[in-house]
Amino acid sequence: MTGFLGKRMLWSAGSLIGLVILVFFMARLTGSPADLYLPIDAPNEMREEFARLHGFDLPLWQQFANFLRDLLVFDFGDSLRQGRPAVDLVLEALPTTLLLAFWSIGIALMVAVITGALAAWRPNGIFDRIATLLSLIGASLPNFWVAIVGVLVFAVQLRWVPTSGTGTVVQWVLPVAVLAIRPCGLIVQVARSTMISVLSAPYVKTAEAKGVPRRAIIFVHALRNAMLPVITVAGDQAAGIINGAVIVETIFGFPGVGRLMIDSISYRDFAVIQAGVMITAIAIFLLNVLIDIAYALLDPRTRAA
Amino acid sequence: MMALTSTDMKGPAAMTLAAPEPGRLAPLLAMLWRDKFASCAALILLVTVFAALIGPAFLTEAATTMNLRARNAPPFEMARGLAYILGGDSLGRGILPRIIVATQNTMMIAASAVLSSLVIGTVLGLIAGYRGGWVGDVILRLTDILMSFPSLLLAMVVLYVFDPSIGNVIFVLALTRIPIYLRTTRAEVLEVRTRMFVTAALVAGAGPLRIILRHILPIIAPTLLTIATLDFAFVMLAEASLSFLGLGVQAPEVTWGVMVAEGRNYLANAWWLAFWPGLAITLVTMSLNLLSNWLRVVTDPVQRWRLERRMPSNG
Repeated sequence: MTGFLGKRMLWSAGSLIGLVILVFFMARLTGSPADLYLPIDAPNEMREEFARLHGFDLPLWQQFANFLRDLLVFDFGDSLRQGRPAVDLVLEALPTTLLLAFWSIGIALMVAVITGALAAWRPNGIFDRIATLLSLIGASLPNFWVAIVGVLVFAVQLRWVPTSGTGTVVQWVLPVAVLAIRPCGLIVQVARSTMISVLSAPYVKTAEAKGVPRRAIIFVHALRNAMLPVITVAGDQAAGIINGAVIVETIFGFPGVGRLMIDSISYRDFAVIQAGVMITAIAIFLLNVLIDIAYALLDPRTRAA
Repeated sequence: MMALTSTDMKGPAAMTLAAPEPGRLAPLLAMLWRDKFASCAALILLVTVFAALIGPAFLTEAATTMNLRARNAPPFEMARGLAYILGGDSLGRGILPRIIVATQNTMMIAASAVLSSLVIGTVLGLIAGYRGGWVGDVILRLTDILMSFPSLLLAMVVLYVFDPSIGNVIFVLALTRIPIYLRTTRAEVLEVRTRMFVTAALVAGAGPLRIILRHILPIIAPTLLTIATLDFAFVMLAEASLSFLGLGVQAPEVTWGVMVAEGRNYLANAWWLAFWPGLAITLVTMSLNLLSNWLRVVTDPVQRWRLERRMPSNG
């Protein structure tokens, strides 16, 4: 398994390098920050001073070389907008986004696995049909619309929760719920279909023949084996939230990575963009390692690889 | 282009798997009729395609006339006429005609993006899968990088560099979806090309182009079309998200996403501005998902009996 992990790490390092190069040049394509940070009628000396201060006067390849050199010690430079190290800004925003991902995927997993297992109990039964329909609906609801309707109903009309902010637990209810709906719908579908195929496996027939109750077969024998595809989908969804819960973070005023990134792009804050892409990529890589470990724990066959 | 959205999608997908004779279409429609949710979904999609095709021709005037006395007019009031049945927007334009007119742009953007990513992804996937070698490796590595780049971020950066015109929005959406088709095609090609009939065709002296077009593509087409149906819903959502963040299509061009974004500022006092176009998006994506789920069951020989067996007893 360590060999497998090592190979994966090399692999990810390769695509991380590609990513870094892409981000560096693409960010610079969006235009010069000087136009944004200085007054329109700023004299040329002022522009040159600004460029010199932030190293934008150097030739592009020199800037890139400096960037790579600083990258080795994980220094992305200071944010133009806030004058603080870019890494600090991203690391401050990261917990909010990670917590959002953790709670929404965690809740979605719990609800969806139980629903999916119960739906597979009697395929095409009444519960299965309702669950399938609801999961399809859940998987196709647009985030921003659910968020808007949620704010409208629960915050504006009923006043159960505040419209935005992150201070108290209640303020997390709505964003987490909004983020959980789509993953929940998707996971129900996957859990249901894998459960149905797992339930026709020989070891389930054996358990049935031995007289193990149906409930124990589903929740003890079959569920463990149906978890692999479920974890894959859940991991994908979690990565999606870490990468871009922009909409939910914007609507609910959450200071997460997604909002930091979109603000940084519009303010041409290159250092923060680069740090943000790098750190989220690393977070997602670590998530994938966790998923691989979960695979190995659940399925002895993958341990050999 | 519009035909890609819904009804025609099930034609080729179902036909390739079922027998190709035209007589199979009638039982298929009968089966569709039996599943009430799938029928509703098909109906919604038909109406949407209809609105996209003829809506702008008839309603552009109604959708652009401003009536300042109908600014943020509440919905369900007949006094202002049918155009204001869903309320008026912040400039006093009727929401219903605006939604209908916006259908064309919304559908056109999603359809173009899905079609271009489908074609480009499939061609590259066929090359990577069939030819392999260093060309295949390069294609695959580039896809990896593209996939590890957060797609929303990619879209944001590209739309900052270039102006967010309709063409660029389509380009960005297509770019982020290419990897899905590429990887699927490649994986399927790798599997299909080892099968007996491909070997037989090779022995019979068929060239690579003939093998790909006549023997491999028909086998993987249903899978790709199913993905495309689901992707259509996904791309619609992505377009709406971009518009919502102010990075999508810009006014005076209008899509459903743009309408939701415009309405967001009036949420507290005029909820209907953002609600209705959002509902339109929701209904269409939901219908696409429902219909493609139904299609999956119909085209899957293992599950198909579930729909067929019910037929005699119910009918």
